[in-house]
Amino acid sequence: MSILIDSNTKVVCQGITGHAATFHMARAIAYGTNLVGGVRPGKGGMVHLDVPVFDTVQTAKDETGANASIVFVPAAQAAGAMIEAIEAEIPLVVCVTERMPVLDMVRVRHALKGSKTRLVGPNSQGILTPGQCKLGVMATVNERPGHIGIVSRSASLTSEIVSLTSAAGFGQSTTVGIGGDPVHGMGYVDCLELFFADPDTNAVVLVGEIGGVEEEQAAEYLKTAANTKPVFAMVVGRHAPETRRMGHAGTLRALGGGSAASKLEALRGAGVHIIDNPALVGPSLKSVL
Amino acid sequence: MNLHEYQAKEILSHYAIAIPKGRMASTADEAGAVAREIASKKFAVKAQVHTGGRGKAGGVRIVATSESARDAARAMLGSVLVTDQSGPKGSQVSQVYVEAGEDVAQSLYVALLIDQKAGQMALVASREGGEDFEELAARNPEMMVILPLDAAAPPARKALKGFAGKLGLSGALADSAADLFRALAKAFVDLDASLIEINPLAVTEDGRLVALDVKMVLDDNALARHPELAVLRDQDDLDPVELEAQRHEVNFVRMDGDIGVAVNGAGLALATNDMLVEAGGRPANFMDIRTTATSLQISRGFDLVLKTPGLKVLLVNIHGGGMTPCDTVAEGLGISIRRTGAKLPIVLRLAGNNADFARRFLKNCGVVFHDAQDMNEAVATAVALARGTKKGAAK
Repeated sequence: MSILIDSNTKVVCQGITGHAATFHMARAIAYGTNLVGGVRPGKGGMVHLDVPVFDTVQTAKDETGANASIVFVPAAQAAGAMIEAIEAEIPLVVCVTERMPVLDMVRVRHALKGSKTRLVGPNSQGILTPGQCKLGVMATVNERPGHIGIVSRSASLTSEIVSLTSAAGFGQSTTVGIGGDPVHGMGYVDCLELFFADPDTNAVVLVGEIGGVEEEQAAEYLKTAANTKPVFAMVVGRHAPETRRMGHAGTLRALGGGSAASKLEALRGAGVHIIDNPALVGPSLKSVL
Repeated sequence: MNLHEYQAKEILSHYAIAIPKGRMASTADEAGAVAREIASKKFAVKAQVHTGGRGKAGGVRIVATSESARDAARAMLGSVLVTDQSGPKGSQVSQVYVEAGEDVAQSLYVALLIDQKAGQMALVASREGGEDFEELAARNPEMMVILPLDAAAPPARKALKGFAGKLGLSGALADSAADLFRALAKAFVDLDASLIEINPLAVTEDGRLVALDVKMVLDDNALARHPELAVLRDQDDLDPVELEAQRHEVNFVRMDGDIGVAVNGAGLALATNDMLVEAGGRPANFMDIRTTATSLQISRGFDLVLKTPGLKVLLVNIHGGGMTPCDTVAEGLGISIRRTGAKLPIVLRLAGNNADFARRFLKNCGVVFHDAQDMNEAVATAVALARGTKKGAAK
């Protein structure tokens, strides 16, 4: 099994006719992803990548029975695309778009409240269930089916962790890139819950970074969660170069969290196995599992 | 994008938020003239630099006469202001803002920001603002009051008046505070701001609310829809090398070590930096190649790294993903090595998409490098080469 996606997932691609979407969706199809249609306003009726293109997400869903969407839409229009998918009640939406305005994401988060949609991203490399479905832009050279769940804010570091868990003989159940933007869809806690409920996931690697408070939130959740599995975590940026800041640092500190030290302390306190650097992923997993 | 105090104040004044009368000056005589023109019984002379903590570092002086305003400006202009937030290099003062001083009865703190935890806008305030606010708030987070706001609709007046009440304001002052909060929320949404901070927000002795200092940060990702704000960017404030890197889709921060570092992706770059420092290495820079960078842009990024004075080693750590395959980076490196004629030892760690092809490509270009199998080996080799405990251009 896996979380969020598997070989039965029926995918539509929003912005399918674009250059990046065409490039990456062709690879996803070659990987085995079941792409059933595309959306591009004004281009309804055409065929692209051998699937029908529709004017709206709702028609695409009605005509194809799609249960997931991947958004390849430029930053200025991406919020609208996500909200359209949420209104069409697509159960899973993945957005790979980078550099989205934060207030646009605040509006998307508002639309998500009480909806039937789970959003991953924006600025996400996507979700991968090895051997079954690739809903994103990640490399697929070192992945292999297995039982480690991976959830990460960083695409490049996920590639590294995937490759190291494979080399250590484990493989992955599913990898989820939640994206590094300040306001985004699913977070660590949502993914941990799903991984804990998935019979095919034996342990989770959480890849964290400095900034924000999500690692601390994950630690809070893990302290009280009833049904957990071994969780391993890495937090990078312990020696990050200090960039100049303006007056809000104190405010953000007062609102909680942010530094590598505070994240590591919180995670350690929640019983998480801390991995000091990527080179130690294999040995750490082997020593516990 | 950070705005200067004077820019932020001018913008807020268009939203009917009261600010002291003031003007910019770039010479001491001009500062004196501005003070005479404002005709107040006291003046504030303030260095316009993009850093917090100015007050305590001597970047804000309160003076009584136009002559002393001129003298204060003379002392500040051309000096380098080092504050506890500016970093050791500090910021050069090329302009000062001269404004009327106010008789302050109480200093409040008010900010609008994005509460990441909740994924929404929030109004954050404290009844004790002023110079020491940051330390105070870090020690006593309970002194902050927070009101979540909806970005799609103007906040309800009742909630805002209630919020003013929590700051100890009542009567007419609570009404003006509610107006001010509402105006701030509108400005925040209109401008695509990431932060608007008024500290202090003065309650004057004659019962007005006046924004004495304003910090405003705009969302870089939204600047495309605000051309009138984009032109306010202060080019002088950015390190020219970092600015050049940004133009080429490369994130770059200068550091003071001797190992040049190039990595694809911020997360992997942070991890590489951690490992280098913990192995006793001294990174010369922090560089991450954005997924949108082309090989030509990447080559410009490498040029910047290779130009670093005193550079001993170049460490390249690429895990080729779907967006940045290894060969794109190898092409960039090949172009840059040819263009700069750099002869220093190169440690290369390539994994993921097109890694083997990239290695062959570089060898065919005649680029000599240490071929590291993993990050551990790459970091250890780079540190040994930088310390001179390992010699030779390649193994």
